Amino acid sequence: MEDFIEIASKNYLLIFLLVFTVILGFEIISKVPTVLHTPLMSGSNAISGIVVIGAILLIRQSPSSAWLELTAGMLALALAMVNVVGGFAVTQRMLEMFKKKKSKP
Amino acid sequence: MSPAVWFDLAYLVGSVCIVWGLKRMSSPETAGPGNTLAAIGMGLAILAAVFYPLGEDDNGNLIWIFGGLLLGSGVGYVLAKKVAMTAMPQMVSLLNGMGGATAMILGLVEYLRIGSNSGSFASNLTVVFALLVGSVSFGGSLLAYLKLEGKVDDKKITLPFHSAFNLVLLALVLFGTWALSFSTNWGTGLLFLFTAISLFYGLSFVAPIGGADMPVVISLLNSFTGISAATAGFVYGNLMMIVGGILVGASGTILTLMMCKAMNRSLMNVIVGGFGNAVPGVAADSNQQVKSVGLTDAAIQLAYSKTVLVVPGYGLAVAQAQKVCKELDELLEANGVDVRYGIHPVAGRMPGHMNVLLAEADVPYPKLLDLEEANDFLNQCDAVVVIGANDVVNPAAERDPSSSIYGMPVLKVWQAKNTIVMKRSMGKGYAGIENPLFFEKNTYMLFGDAKQTLQGLVSEVKGLG
Repeated sequence: MEDFIEIASKNYLLIFLLVFTVILGFEIISKVPTVLHTPLMSGSNAISGIVVIGAILLIRQSPSSAWLELTAGMLALALAMVNVVGGFAVTQRMLEMFKKKKSKP
Repeated sequence: MSPAVWFDLAYLVGSVCIVWGLKRMSSPETAGPGNTLAAIGMGLAILAAVFYPLGEDDNGNLIWIFGGLLLGSGVGYVLAKKVAMTAMPQMVSLLNGMGGATAMILGLVEYLRIGSNSGSFASNLTVVFALLVGSVSFGGSLLAYLKLEGKVDDKKITLPFHSAFNLVLLALVLFGTWALSFSTNWGTGLLFLFTAISLFYGLSFVAPIGGADMPVVISLLNSFTGISAATAGFVYGNLMMIVGGILVGASGTILTLMMCKAMNRSLMNVIVGGFGNAVPGVAADSNQQVKSVGLTDAAIQLAYSKTVLVVPGYGLAVAQAQKVCKELDELLEANGVDVRYGIHPVAGRMPGHMNVLLAEADVPYPKLLDLEEANDFLNQCDAVVVIGANDVVNPAAERDPSSSIYGMPVLKVWQAKNTIVMKRSMGKGYAGIENPLFFEKNTYMLFGDAKQTLQGLVSEVKGLG
């Protein structure tokens, strides 16, 4: 328990950030119309690929001779990039369909 | 001034791009640019992560990084370009699983790195938690993908006492999380066992959920992946990972709750799989007869209506009938019929599924009415066409307190003058309950595959003109 209190007091800025981001997330999403639920979900899905940063840092911090770690890191990085690129591209495709119709009468 | 400042600034700008992009995605007009903005933010984040000055910890390994970046981007791009719009729910689950898998691998490697020089309980906990949530999300998303792809049967993989079994598994992984954080000297074998159980928990957690509950579970898994990314952010002390991950976690949670509300059920009820063991409501009177209608009569009825509401469901997606549906819509509009679409929030297999399908077929989105608008429209509506939807138009939700869907807001199609229901057979919907709508006196059944039936209607309406 004391361990946690110590961590909490050391990282209170992080905890502030956490709480405010939760509020921000709720605020941004709560008014989205049904039409956009799917693109929104796949867009936010792409954003969860932000975990890619972790994979990059992992590889950069691995000793250059640690093949196993590097391979695992590269796999993680590739998977995260599939999530990021696939997610944004799929979202773009869906949103283009919404746009297309506006030009039509 | 240390050069790290510039990279921190890049992270900050990237985070703002992501937040602002997500914000802009909440309106159809700005959604496209919003998505682009979020993608730019992500690009900035990746650049910053690749070139951030790490000092002595930096071992370069740029080949590995660019290899992974290229490989992943290539695969992701091809997948995204190739996937059919009807396969979008499984695509989103699959992509979501990838993010979870990343967090899982990061957790594993980072845990092994801690080695015997065990860190504090709390710092170990962040690593193990990222591993846990990542694995659950990966396992769950994978099964959701297989279910939606039709490779795994929806309902037949539940064990007896499945929810009790899941609770035991949950207790087991939580205990494992505590034990692995308490000490890092358990050996790799136990670490992998823990990962395997976490993955299995993900599978087992999604197993009893299926059909119409899929939208809920997909957005829930989405929020899990976000949380795992944010936890990994704590591991690396990276603010942008925390912001991005939490945003997704929060938005996924909100979307999940919105779906639950649309079904008038609690999240717990969905997870435990309430529909499966539900009482089938009042048994339909076997004397009741349904009236079926031929293509010609149905076509005449539609063509001479003033207003028509189309209620699409999962059947439309299965039959890939969205384009024919639009064709019928155009023909009717040419005859002076006002055609609208009534979209139930949980129609289909993911949030907003029907909207995407109809958008693909170029149906203008102002024609799509949400639940409330559609119910207003129904008061003065001449004819309703239900295409492959069942539970979302079931009057039992209003009339029969013993029904398992009682209280769920539905589209009150029986208020229209006539209702035509397109269905493959008299089978029940996902909830496995009778639909009294089919026995209403102004309901007409049109049996057959949705696409063929719609094509039939199109040629009949053409024949009328």
